[in-house]
Amino acid sequence: MSISVTRAKACVAGIGETEYRRWGGIADRNEFQLAGLAIAKAAADAGLRADQVDGFACFADTSIDSSLLQLALGIPELKVSVSVWGGRGGGPCGALALAASAVESGQARYVAVFRSLCQGQSRRYGKFYPQRMHADMVGPYGLFSAAQGLAMVAQRYRHDYGFTDQQLAAIPLQFRENAQRNPRAVTYGRPLALDKYLASKRIVDPFRLYDCCLETDGACAMIVTTRERARDLQKKPVEIVTALQGSDPDWATGAMGAHNMPGDSYTTGGQRQLAKRLFATAQMDPADIATTQIYDHFSAMVFITLEDFGFCGRGEAPAYVEAGNIAWPHGKNPVNTHGGSLSEAYVHGLNHVIEGVRQLRGDSTCQVEGATTCLITGGSVISPSSAAILGV
Amino acid sequence: MPYLPTSVPGPRIDEVNAPFWDNCREHKLKFQQCADCAHLIHPPLPMCPRCQSLNRNWRDAPQDATVYSFVWVHTAAHESVAGSLPYNVALVAFPALPGVRLISNVIDATPGDLAIGDKLTLVWEAGEGDQSLPRFRKAAGLR
Repeated sequence: MSISVTRAKACVAGIGETEYRRWGGIADRNEFQLAGLAIAKAAADAGLRADQVDGFACFADTSIDSSLLQLALGIPELKVSVSVWGGRGGGPCGALALAASAVESGQARYVAVFRSLCQGQSRRYGKFYPQRMHADMVGPYGLFSAAQGLAMVAQRYRHDYGFTDQQLAAIPLQFRENAQRNPRAVTYGRPLALDKYLASKRIVDPFRLYDCCLETDGACAMIVTTRERARDLQKKPVEIVTALQGSDPDWATGAMGAHNMPGDSYTTGGQRQLAKRLFATAQMDPADIATTQIYDHFSAMVFITLEDFGFCGRGEAPAYVEAGNIAWPHGKNPVNTHGGSLSEAYVHGLNHVIEGVRQLRGDSTCQVEGATTCLITGGSVISPSSAAILGV
Repeated sequence: MPYLPTSVPGPRIDEVNAPFWDNCREHKLKFQQCADCAHLIHPPLPMCPRCQSLNRNWRDAPQDATVYSFVWVHTAAHESVAGSLPYNVALVAFPALPGVRLISNVIDATPGDLAIGDKLTLVWEAGEGDQSLPRFRKAAGLR
């Protein structure tokens, strides 16, 4: 098998985060300022000055102007300014892939991958948004939000394969437990038990409040550079073994749109082709993965992602989760060791990549002992999505 | 009274979806079909995914419709539906047209009395402004 051009040449050399707060919780700084602060922190973590960053890679249609960000960080020459085109929350690992390509090809030396959200100042992602693709086909019927669209998939999944309330609850309860060890988490100090979960507000069947991701203000960033440069910096380099974009056929009209994806993939997340290519490129299979950070916009999507990436068969994820496989510390494949979007923060999944870096540095608050590989998945049910495998 | 208030924001009309919604105003449910290769297209698209033709026709929806999936919404994500909770949103399939699914509502269903596979009949209700919306009723005696 040929080795991918992306194999283990680029590394993450630094990570940085602002504080994370419930939406509206950051009023004294805006998205732009949070992004600048997170990038400066990531550069400092790597042992670089902010003005040594010479590239930006973003995703999810950022509000931030790259030339203004260049100016604010004092960067003398911006050599790469790229963003994933389309796919919104599907894109964190796509931005990582762009950054890796830029440093591997010599276009830039230190590329900052970042995402910043201030939902209190812009818009809440859980509410009606008329600009969504194919919103004209769903909005007039009261299908306004991602929770409602993805619940439609979860309901069909429950009809086809079945899951109990307790099996679904296992996901948010596990991630919340992980977040109780993570002081960065928005829900730190607020544990969740099954009775509280079951008594929580019903949003849209089968989702209760705690099945839905947080809405967060905050930003995070990381510095990507070549392995050679990363070795000269102050932190242990974490290799980007592979990072790819992709999705299954016809998912542009998928569960974030008008629900016209093919019938044989309706109860998937549209990531099966991506998953296959990712593992093939890395020359690994799911058994080689020590820990996984899954894009958890909604609890049931974790079932589906586990299946799409081959950790278990179609319809088997509820039992796989119930058996403790995703639990920390003893599960076969601890998932969302930072708490995920359900319990750490919702930054369109870039914080999941950061948690992957922490795991491989040995710095996670839920450290998987001896972890040398981490899978990170971008948002499912959207096209293009993305995923990455990090390694040390 | 329509199933959801007419204050629910209606479709934003553009060049691509205008014929679909024009037909709905005349109480005709029609799906886009490529005028050159007859490929069936829904939601409306600016180009045929099979032959890249820009020429389009509109063909009648079949009579028989079924519930492919559905949700009951318990928390409003827009103020216009705050008084309508809980309401259902159904994904409607047409057995004679595999591949086409339509988001809509089943206006006479109650929680616990709506299931995947239920047979449906098309009805028309008022939406925002002069827009009519295709909605569905449970087909009597059929499941």
